[in-house]
Amino acid sequence: MTARIAHVAFNTFREAVRDRVLYNLIFFALLLVGAALLFGQISIGIARIVLINLGLTAISIFGVVIAIFIGIGLVSKEMEKKTLYTILSRPVRRWEFIAGKFGGLAWTLVVNTFLMAIGFFGALLLLAHRFERADGWLLVAIYFIILEFVVVTALALLFSTFSSPVLSAVMALALFVIGTFAEDLRAFAAMSQGATRVLATLAAYVVPNFASLNVISSVAHGQPIAASLILYNTAYSLFYTAASLFAAILVFEYRNLK
Amino acid sequence: MTARGTTTVVTAMALAASLAGASLMVRRLDHLRAGTTEETALYVPSPQILQRMSLGYTGLLADIYWTRAVQYFGTQHHARSMQYKLLEPLLDIATTLDPHLTVAYEFGATFLAENPPEGAGDPDAAVRLVERGIRENPLEWRLYYNLGFIHYFERKDYAAAAAAFERGSRVPGALPWMKVMAAQMSQHAGDMHTARLLWASLFQTTESEDIRVNAAKHLRALQVDEEVSILENLVSVFRERSGRWPATWAEMVAAGYLRSVPLDPSRKPYRLAPDGRVLVQVPKDLPFITQGLPQRQEPSNGPQVESK
Repeated sequence: MTARIAHVAFNTFREAVRDRVLYNLIFFALLLVGAALLFGQISIGIARIVLINLGLTAISIFGVVIAIFIGIGLVSKEMEKKTLYTILSRPVRRWEFIAGKFGGLAWTLVVNTFLMAIGFFGALLLLAHRFERADGWLLVAIYFIILEFVVVTALALLFSTFSSPVLSAVMALALFVIGTFAEDLRAFAAMSQGATRVLATLAAYVVPNFASLNVISSVAHGQPIAASLILYNTAYSLFYTAASLFAAILVFEYRNLK
Repeated sequence: MTARGTTTVVTAMALAASLAGASLMVRRLDHLRAGTTEETALYVPSPQILQRMSLGYTGLLADIYWTRAVQYFGTQHHARSMQYKLLEPLLDIATTLDPHLTVAYEFGATFLAENPPEGAGDPDAAVRLVERGIRENPLEWRLYYNLGFIHYFERKDYAAAAAAFERGSRVPGALPWMKVMAAQMSQHAGDMHTARLLWASLFQTTESEDIRVNAAKHLRALQVDEEVSILENLVSVFRERSGRWPATWAEMVAAGYLRSVPLDPSRKPYRLAPDGRVLVQVPKDLPFITQGLPQRQEPSNGPQVESK
């Protein structure tokens, strides 16, 4: 079972690399160098903060875009190319296929993030000439970004099991945007009454909560991240990802592939 | 040349010409619509809406707005503008998006406080900005220093300045001279020595080259103000004793009032007017001076402290 999932995951990773996904790294490097030079010239006193904000924001946005635009095609593309039938005619169960696809894309994003993080820390070292103790919190921010990718990948995969790529992209992007407003949605639910309150509360807990995963602004100022936040964010992301994957497996199990 | 090669060359040339044409048009449009880039900031004047629109990436958006504030200030300052109406909203947006962007409070308050054309001439807005910065970052002792500075120089509210320095001196990590400043404010508010102490401490402790340069200009201005007063006193004494104004510095040197021809901080000799006034040769080389200016020239935003 594990070997079959790993095999699907490895092939998904290989396919993503063949799709030249990692080309974004070049753009990322150029963006960092260009921005550091530009902001150093036209602003006052924020060269380091800009580098951190821009670097982590770029890692996050690039990753989310990759997660969505590759994730939405994970199942539908296999169906379109008829390769899915070849895979499923072998002793690979449908849920193993979903788990493998998820693992492959998540691994692609981890590798991508790892390489971008190396570039990011390199640029920081170039600018500041040394690392500070507070820079350790940047690793926590990057860890949260990876958690964000894992959740987005699971959601994109879920949509990919029952919808067309375009619609899946729209839904995944919409959920990502709504997820950044999750705290506002809960505040709105707390203020409303009756049926609206029930519906709003339900929506607030169903949509992903990306707000607490974004600590970029805090770490840019060297502010520490509470251990409890790390723990709860990790647990939340794992639960939410598991829920999305289980939903994807359920949909895919009952989907008529003929 | 093959047909393909010809197509490549022609297309490449057409591409370069099109890009050049587009760039030229952009320059013309910028010229035609001068100032509209800054004006667009007002299309989204609410920091709260921008906070939502940023999708959580508030830090980067704050950096962009802070850079816009710097650019806006630089443009207006370069044009010697007397109006900086977008400065406060831009600073408000930047600091709401990132309340810990202390550089925006520090520099922004200076931009807001100083008199036009050096700044927006709105010290009350500067105080509001720094007070908000202190609420958000109570452990940043430099913000209390900024507040005291604005109260002292721009608002002439020496009691408020003393209170700001005193509050700041209680912040852990504040430099010891914050306490000295508080005491100095209470006892000698408004004198030139206190002003010099303030600017000198800023010059020595700031990490910013821009602030250091600005402090150096103010210190030079204080030096000119003091030297002009002393020289005019000496000239008056010469007149009392000889019954006439001295025509040149050489006369003063010969009479033993001076050791040599006095030079201003830009190393140019002071000018001696026929009516006994002492003037600097090139006032624009010495911003912020209040003494030594030609009669019709208004002082720029100077230290404006009482000379002892």
